[in-house]
Amino acid sequence: MEYIIISTGFALMLLGLWGILSQKNLIKIILGFTIFNTGINIVMVSIGYVRGKAAPILDVIKPSEAASKIVDPIPQALVLTAIVIGLGVTALMLVYVLKLHREKNSLDINSFKDLKW
Amino acid sequence: MFIAIAIVIGVASLIGGYIAIHHEKLSVAVIASGLVSLFASIIFLLLAAPDVAMTEASIGSGLTTLIFFYVLNKIRQRND
Amino acid sequence: MIKKILIIGVLAVVGLIFFDLFNAYQGNESLSKTANYYAENGASQVGAANLVTAIVVTYRGLDTLGEVTILFLTAAIISFILKFREEDFMPNRSVRVTSELLDSAAQVIVPVIFMVGVYIFMNGHLTPGGGFQGGAVIASGVLLMIMANPNFGVSHKVIAVVESISGIAFVLIGVLGIVLAGGFLDNTLLPLGKLGDLFSAGVIPVIYTFVGLKVGAELSNIIGTISHVQNEKN
Repeated sequence: MEYIIISTGFALMLLGLWGILSQKNLIKIILGFTIFNTGINIVMVSIGYVRGKAAPILDVIKPSEAASKIVDPIPQALVLTAIVIGLGVTALMLVYVLKLHREKNSLDINSFKDLKW
Repeated sequence: MFIAIAIVIGVASLIGGYIAIHHEKLSVAVIASGLVSLFASIIFLLLAAPDVAMTEASIGSGLTTLIFFYVLNKIRQRND
Repeated sequence: MIKKILIIGVLAVVGLIFFDLFNAYQGNESLSKTANYYAENGASQVGAANLVTAIVVTYRGLDTLGEVTILFLTAAIISFILKFREEDFMPNRSVRVTSELLDSAAQVIVPVIFMVGVYIFMNGHLTPGGGFQGGAVIASGVLLMIMANPNFGVSHKVIAVVESISGIAFVLIGVLGIVLAGGFLDNTLLPLGKLGDLFSAGVIPVIYTFVGLKVGAELSNIIGTISHVQNEKN
């Protein structure tokens, strides 16, 4: 199962990268970023998965035998923070898009050529 | 059993990602990207990570989609 | 045309790297060394039933402090970019009329949503959930209030007070850990209690409550700022 899931994560990352590179609309580019983010999170959590083990919560599992019965909790803790920061970064990008749209009245990335050489 | 669920969810999330990048209407694309996040939260549940699944469902799928819609709304108001 | 070839080339290279990583992935049969340490000593050292919470708040507590700072910076930058003038709050701006149903339902549901959010971050050390999820739930309650009444302004004064107090309290608890216990953010400041009780795991419930309030205030601030910015006149 974890092989299917990790390949799904890599495929989502490639899909997001393709969207970032090929789309012209700024909102579509940000959607590409969020899909890339989701793919990375899936890959990170599946690296910490241990076959047939339970979630790292010690309610039924005794603390003495925890090490042999739970999955790796460290990637989960890292991804937890990464998701929240992802929301902040996405909101920041959207606000920049709002500001850019006020300047040029367009969402097409080709209309922003001020710094192009 | 879990393998079948994983295949179905994985294919569905890839289709959602393709729609999110390629659909012409922005609102449909945003909904599709929210759907990808929702499928991802089911994947996290399969990977025995309920904490991450909760975060992804509430933040990645809920709040992100709504902020996208607020910004789309502002842009549409200005274009009118 | 050249652009398309370049894009395909970049995708091919990145895909090759990913394929290499995928081939190297073997799947785990047992925990790594660090995870093994956390699994064996987490219950006795920290006393939290949820090991993810133990790692997020105690073992890697400094990371969480940094993350909350990043979120604060994002909210501040958004407010800075979308600064609006006083006349934007004038009641004569055209707002759509909300339906009676949404308005009445919001008054019933919003307190329940807030209560669920508080429950989620109070029980972060026992069940899945914690400060970030509870904060997001509280922010969605604020979002419902804004949707039901578009003139409802998120009070920046309240948000500033809640955010500053919880941020200062988070750092203060960490510093108290240096003085009274083993180090920064050490949770043996309070007694560990019995594994699985609500009042257990030392200061983890206290810290997670402050984190939840802070995250909820920050996300509400982002939503309120974006929803209230007025379109500039041409």
